[in-house]
Amino acid sequence: MQFMLLFSRQGKLRLQKWYVPLSDKEKKKITRELVQTVLARKPKMCSFLEWRDLKIVYKRYASLYFCCAIEDQDNELITLEIIHRYVELLDKYFGSVCELDIIFNFEKAYFILDEFLLGGEVQETSKKNVLKAIEQADLLQEVNFSFTRISQILFNPCIITGAYLFLQRSSAEQFGYFTVNIDVYVQWKFQQSGQKICW
Amino acid sequence: MPAVSKGDGMRGLAVFISDIRNCKSKEAEIKRINKELANIRSKFKGDKALDGYSKKKYVCKLLFIFLLGHDIDFGHMEAVNLLSSNKYTEKQIGYLFISVLVNSNSELIRLINNAIKNDLASRNPTFMCLALHCIANVGSREMAEAFASEVPRVLVAGDTMDSVKQSAALCLLRLYKTSPDLVPMGEWTSRVVHLLNDQHMGVVTAAVSLITCLCKKNPDDFKTCVSLAVSRLSRIVSSASTDLQDYTYYFVPAPWLSVKLLRLLQCYPPPEDAAVKGRLVECLETILNKAQEPPKSKKVQHSNAKNAILFEAISLIIHYDSEPNLLVRACNQLGQFLQHRETNLRYLALESMCTLASSEFSHEAVKTHIETVINALKTERDVSVRQRAADLLYAMCDRTNAKQIVSEMLSYLETADYSIREEIVLKVAILAEKYAVDYSWYVDTILNLIRIAGDYVSEEVWYRVIQIVINRDDVQGYAAKTVFEALQAPACHENMVKVGGYILGEFGNLIAGDPRSSPLVQFNLLHSKFHLCSVATRALLLSTYIKFINLFPETKGTIQEVLRSDSQIRNADVELQQRAVEYLKLSSIASTDVLVRAGGTGGRRLPPGPRAGTGWLRGAGNGARGLSPPGGAGSHLAPGRGLAGWAGWGMGHRPDPSTPSPSADLLGLRAAPPAGSAAPTTAGNLLVDVFSDNTSATSGLAPSTEDNFLSLPVMQPGSCQPQMLGLYIGSEGHRQGLAHLFSPPPPRGRFVCKNNGVLFENQLLQIGVKSEFRQNLGRMYLFYGNKTSVQFQSFTPIVTYPAGAQLNIQTKAVEPLVEGGAQVQQVLNIECLSDFTLAPLLNIKFRYGGTLQNITLKLPVTLNKFFQATEMLSQDFFQRWKQLSQPQQEAQKIFKANHPMDSEVTKAKLLGFGCALLDKVDPNPDNYVGAGIIQTKSLQVGCLLRLEPNAQAQMYRLTLRTSREPVSRHLCGLLAEQF
Repeated sequence: MQFMLLFSRQGKLRLQKWYVPLSDKEKKKITRELVQTVLARKPKMCSFLEWRDLKIVYKRYASLYFCCAIEDQDNELITLEIIHRYVELLDKYFGSVCELDIIFNFEKAYFILDEFLLGGEVQETSKKNVLKAIEQADLLQEVNFSFTRISQILFNPCIITGAYLFLQRSSAEQFGYFTVNIDVYVQWKFQQSGQKICW
Repeated sequence: MPAVSKGDGMRGLAVFISDIRNCKSKEAEIKRINKELANIRSKFKGDKALDGYSKKKYVCKLLFIFLLGHDIDFGHMEAVNLLSSNKYTEKQIGYLFISVLVNSNSELIRLINNAIKNDLASRNPTFMCLALHCIANVGSREMAEAFASEVPRVLVAGDTMDSVKQSAALCLLRLYKTSPDLVPMGEWTSRVVHLLNDQHMGVVTAAVSLITCLCKKNPDDFKTCVSLAVSRLSRIVSSASTDLQDYTYYFVPAPWLSVKLLRLLQCYPPPEDAAVKGRLVECLETILNKAQEPPKSKKVQHSNAKNAILFEAISLIIHYDSEPNLLVRACNQLGQFLQHRETNLRYLALESMCTLASSEFSHEAVKTHIETVINALKTERDVSVRQRAADLLYAMCDRTNAKQIVSEMLSYLETADYSIREEIVLKVAILAEKYAVDYSWYVDTILNLIRIAGDYVSEEVWYRVIQIVINRDDVQGYAAKTVFEALQAPACHENMVKVGGYILGEFGNLIAGDPRSSPLVQFNLLHSKFHLCSVATRALLLSTYIKFINLFPETKGTIQEVLRSDSQIRNADVELQQRAVEYLKLSSIASTDVLVRAGGTGGRRLPPGPRAGTGWLRGAGNGARGLSPPGGAGSHLAPGRGLAGWAGWGMGHRPDPSTPSPSADLLGLRAAPPAGSAAPTTAGNLLVDVFSDNTSATSGLAPSTEDNFLSLPVMQPGSCQPQMLGLYIGSEGHRQGLAHLFSPPPPRGRFVCKNNGVLFENQLLQIGVKSEFRQNLGRMYLFYGNKTSVQFQSFTPIVTYPAGAQLNIQTKAVEPLVEGGAQVQQVLNIECLSDFTLAPLLNIKFRYGGTLQNITLKLPVTLNKFFQATEMLSQDFFQRWKQLSQPQQEAQKIFKANHPMDSEVTKAKLLGFGCALLDKVDPNPDNYVGAGIIQTKSLQVGCLLRLEPNAQAQMYRLTLRTSREPVSRHLCGLLAEQF
């Protein structure tokens, strides 16, 4: 795959991923041309078109167009399903994804894409594995969060509960150390404060 | 704002994004952005050190602004700082920024590479993946330099986590794609192949892509992957839909991996091992069988995934092209899809069938679907599907169905989308010519083309119909009648007027017997269109008129009247005015006899000056020979060059430099003066820039001589003024000339004595060559010009030297895409290792429309190119001559002159051949003596030659003496063809 573009029905670009080196000027030109071409097509038309020496595969989901450019020998139908799998991933991560999710959490959309496609090739097709990678990243963030603000945690059991629950959902070994530590720490803390641990 | 905020939401960012979204106008948005940029700048520059969170937030805002389409010229440093943060999100945002906004600042790159190195070495899989993603996303050469040897190590290390392996494989793939030279092959390659056996499906999925790319360049190193891929594929294909758990997609087991494996197998020929092959055929049959089974789900994802595998399997079957049974089954399956309700499947079936049509096993099977395809062309609502249908019709066309297909395409053309008209026109023209059994059908077809889509009929097409009519006696009368009828239409396309004007001018006499198309009626008909036409067409019509005077003396008065009218003889356009004046004069002074032979003056203006005039008469008197265009190539000479060339003819006059290039046009059109000229110009002039550069002429030859050579095979000195090359009524020379315009049969040895020219030309492609040689080295520039307005795809010229290792030729691949009207250049570096006789071959493949074009040519690299001229005195010459007296050292030929024996031309040819001409060596001043050394890497071959012309007998005797027998024979043969 050479690039993937997400744009709205109004022609606003929401995500762009380029797997070939191009100048910013070329990227803008290509985007403009393609957005125009694809938006001009009618709903029942086929999802593939020839464009320059590339094949364009696109599909519309609600207000968003997902559009991939693949090379001559690449498979159109499987590309269509790449798009669908990506939509499923976004959906699962955001919980029935909408355009706004992608606008406000654009960085997440990029991170998910990187776990799924790398260098223009499918890296991992298992939905579970991709989301696991992303959620681990999110957790790592929570761990850091809890460690840097440890003093606050001490005085605010609610935050701890949240962080702890979060960690429980992770099954990855590499977080085991943190999990155990927090686990012990939290239990100790709760005992200190005389509260019951409830989950 | 959406409710979702996993991880840590950056509130400031969300607010900023909302603000942007609330902006009512572009101006307001820009204002808001500028405000934010100023704010961020001040934060970054401020005295207070920013904490990681703020830095991340601002960098993320910058990223957002950039992705909106605004330029960002700062913040890189802060992003790089984030890379070395030990907080995951900060690192992640830093990497994202770097991946999207790569900056070539070398100091920054050093810092980035350092951060990546640290993360790769961190042994924290999440950090390692981030670093690998960044390398893959940037994929620059600098990245490759820094990490091309590190990534393979990560990939095959025993303790690497699966997810890291996946990222490493695809990261390496990206680096290999950008800088294959930097990725060291080694021990790791064999371990990569064995990743195909990995337990983790994700690892296999990533590794197959890498292997597919690597094996294209080193097929032998990865050969073992074939059997591994087959067994993996067979396991997937035969697994139940639930076996693979999360790798099953809508009841289809591992569709992505299956497609990738099938794709990998297409890099190799069918497996030789019978067991492997058997297993593979079984897989392919299973895939074909599954297509017939009822779907396990109604979801489109299920059928898409299943059919993706099916189409890839069919591609493999077509690639092997050796299993007739599978090919026919594939064809039947695609036939079903042709009528499927899913537009996508119909599109893909048409596309895939195009390739099946070219296999001998399935061509007939494809043909059975002709009615469905024609129906698709007529009824599909999507233009891209219709285009595929047109491609398929073109591909399945043969002698049996040509008439049907051509007529369907013609009727489609009336309503076809503008975007594909030109392509369809060309397809029809090619098919009509290729499969024409009776030429009246061909003429009808092309005239219909002009009638229906005149604007899209290129010069090549209508030149071609004229050429065919001229070369085929049996169709001339019919053609004249048909164009005459076509011109009766009240509004007809200008191209029709051109063809009509030309054909009636040549063959109007064949229908003049009928009072309804008497000469005067013909003339009036043509002249009624005259005022509506462009200058170029009017110029052509004027030439037709002078031909009419010759064909039908009874029209002379009327035509002279027309020529004499102010609108002609005082026309503001200098070309038209001059033609009118010249033709008028010609018609009144020349005898009918002169007109018969020289009426063609018409094409061009008369040369200025009295001497030129006599030159013209003499030329005309010399008869019909040599009136074809120079070498078929001259038609694309640059004006300046063309003139210089003609000046060397010794015609005793130098054409007025302001005259447009006379050598260029046959039909008197191309060189029409630019003012007000609507003549289509582009395609033919592609090579102009190539030939306007004179400086590389060999051996200090005057540029003129070189051009002489260009035209030598067909043009005789003194036979005719170049300006006379226009329309030459009824002469054989002219007929040959037209033939040259289309597919110049390159005269043998055309490039022996010269280095530049047009190597090849057809309707689509023109190849110019320009070369220079010094000692045993040479450099050749090939210029590929796309003459059409449609782009060429997968354009791959490959140079091979079949005979052995005498030549070493190096070249770089060219861009696979040649835009319409564009020209690409390829440079060949040639080293002559030892003496050789065979020419290297140039094979060019490209896709034009849906079809693959394949052209093989001999490159003009001959042994004499490596000649180094050697001056020597008479006594030295004879001393060496005597030393080389053994019979096998001498080669001699006695042959008849094929060209007039002009001493200047002969000298120029000998110099062009590469040797030095030695004066006062041979006692007979008419003889030529030359000497030179053939320079090769392994040896140098001294070479002496003597050419003795016998003017009375029109014969030459050529003697060559060298120290090597094959060299003597080969050079003697090469040179003898030149005279």
